[in-house]
Amino acid sequence: MRSAIRHPLFWPVLALGVLLLVNLVATPSFFSIRVQDGHLYGSLIDILRNGAPTLLIALGMTLVIATRGIDLSVGAIVAISGAVSCTYLAGAPDESSAGRAITAMSLAVGVCLLLGLWNGFLVAVLGIQPIIATLVLMTAGRGLAMLITDGQIITVNNSLFERVGAGFFLGLPVAILIALAIVLVTAVLTRRTALGMLIEAVGVNPEASRLAGVRSRTITWTVYVFIAFCSAVAGLMIASNTSAADANNAGLFIELDAILAVVIGGTSLAGGRFSLTGTFIGAMFIQTLATTIPTIGIPSETNYLFKAVVVILVCLLQSPKARAVLRVRRPAPLLTRGSQA
Amino acid sequence: MTAHTPTAQDLRGSASDRLRQLAPPRRFYPVLATAALFVGMLGAGGIRYEGFTSPQVILNLLVDNAFLIVLAVGMTCVILTGGIDLSVGSVVALSTMLAASTLRAGWPAALVVVAVLLTGSVLGLLMGLVIHYFEIQPFIVTLAGMFLARGLCYLISIESIPIKDPTFTSFAMGTIELPGGYFITPAVVVALVVLAIAAWGLHMTRFGRTIYAVGGSEQSALLMGLAVARTKVGVYVISGFCSSLAGLLFSVYMLSGYSLHAVGMELDAIAAVVIGGTLLAGGSGLVLGSALGVLVLGTIQTFISFDGNLSSWWTKITIGVLLLVFVVIQRLFTRRQA
Repeated sequence: MRSAIRHPLFWPVLALGVLLLVNLVATPSFFSIRVQDGHLYGSLIDILRNGAPTLLIALGMTLVIATRGIDLSVGAIVAISGAVSCTYLAGAPDESSAGRAITAMSLAVGVCLLLGLWNGFLVAVLGIQPIIATLVLMTAGRGLAMLITDGQIITVNNSLFERVGAGFFLGLPVAILIALAIVLVTAVLTRRTALGMLIEAVGVNPEASRLAGVRSRTITWTVYVFIAFCSAVAGLMIASNTSAADANNAGLFIELDAILAVVIGGTSLAGGRFSLTGTFIGAMFIQTLATTIPTIGIPSETNYLFKAVVVILVCLLQSPKARAVLRVRRPAPLLTRGSQA
Repeated sequence: MTAHTPTAQDLRGSASDRLRQLAPPRRFYPVLATAALFVGMLGAGGIRYEGFTSPQVILNLLVDNAFLIVLAVGMTCVILTGGIDLSVGSVVALSTMLAASTLRAGWPAALVVVAVLLTGSVLGLLMGLVIHYFEIQPFIVTLAGMFLARGLCYLISIESIPIKDPTFTSFAMGTIELPGGYFITPAVVVALVVLAIAAWGLHMTRFGRTIYAVGGSEQSALLMGLAVARTKVGVYVISGFCSSLAGLLFSVYMLSGYSLHAVGMELDAIAAVVIGGTLLAGGSGLVLGSALGVLVLGTIQTFISFDGNLSSWWTKITIGVLLLVFVVIQRLFTRRQA
């Protein structure tokens, strides 16, 4: 029992469990999943599908935060991704062709990778604080998206494109399958190779890891490109789900949700260690919260209030000072545990 | 330290030394750069568009951005200590909401003003206490504050509430005549007073100097026996106060309270502070620069409204580019010092 409480994922899992329990009590139909036209339907499936973009971005954010960085520009990149793909699609003579959809999506991902290179350049090469470096794109990005769509909400009609965000495969939403696939590949890359450890090393001390032979500049650069890729795919999902690019509102505040998911998952904002499983649970927690609030009869706008309470609680639980005051027993950080052994 | 005796070297260098003495101190350079940018933009606008440099157009920069100046003043104090406050936009919205709803409930205007200012300051105080005593990053605490204030807005009302109170409307309609037929609004006077108080406080009081010291190096400030705790908490109270005051000015400007007011205004405030030459690492910057930064942002908007062909999204792009330029210059500047 004690070792269970000491497990880093104990609190996030408990929080998610409590939330699901509240749902079960408030709306008994919450867990019911029905099959319709070979697709699974139900609240849980909705949570998975709507949570896919947040999960993807939170995944990228986990790695960025592990290098002691932060990326505020993801919402803007989401908007740009949607804007590029929809504008290209809408401008086609044959809007509904599958080839056109693939080109549009590749184009959007390509543009976003360039933006990731740009963020990484500012942080890794010029050495500007991540929060400020990405603030530049956060401010300018939505303007760029508006520029691409000419200030309009661009609607498209393409069955392949629509499938990315709204389609089903083997009964499950395509969006969550894509997100899970990317999460899985990332997990294998970071946990079955040395990459994860190198990222953590950069987060602990970039200069020391460089001296130890880690290519810290390249690693920092890569995580910003990776989060841009995640945001691009998330942007495609959001645009595809509504079959429209809304430069003003697509991915609004998603950077905050992603950061929140990462923090709930137990990844420290101070960098140096990360938990992908934690992030997954965090992202699902946020999406479940967003679904729970209206179903139990609270206006959905008060979502913010609950998020604020969660942020504060999670941070207090993580803060050594608060733990000392409250005498909450939590696992010691890796370093001290190592020295005890 | 040894006594300084003039040498031939000194005497030869005296001419350039004298020139150097005439030049402004280094800490004014960033502000001078911002001022030059502002004047340059006005000049460019004056050449391109007729009537761009008319005094009333320039005064309107103040009229339309009075609340942003107040906001930027608070943000400057926070950033000078090396912190950041993301909650200011939401606190502005909350203040407009509080003002509108309490006025509708029949509270006297004076009481409303006090209540709003108190709410903002208390919010700032709470965030400051959490930041300092639980050692949680300002970024994440003020993010929570941002969610909290926005959530409280929605709790009050989802609809926009108009303000019809005679005191507020007369303040909104009121103008102050200047010689030559030009005018400003009372809000401008409030903003300039806040600016003057902040400039005086930062440079003339012990508290102000401690802000710079904490931003320079918190550890050193602590070892010097300065009141670090009081200062760090204090700047968030100031920022909260400024945000709620800006909220009052904004509610007068819009004559309504709405939970979607001022979305993203914290970014404008941060951008103004950065463009004004304040170092984001803390410890260096002038509040006057932030006010100039606000004017630069205002000028971009004036540019776009004068040029019928430019769309409003160019504002964001231009602000982003300016941010980039100033951040990169700052980076080069600090690297050379290091």
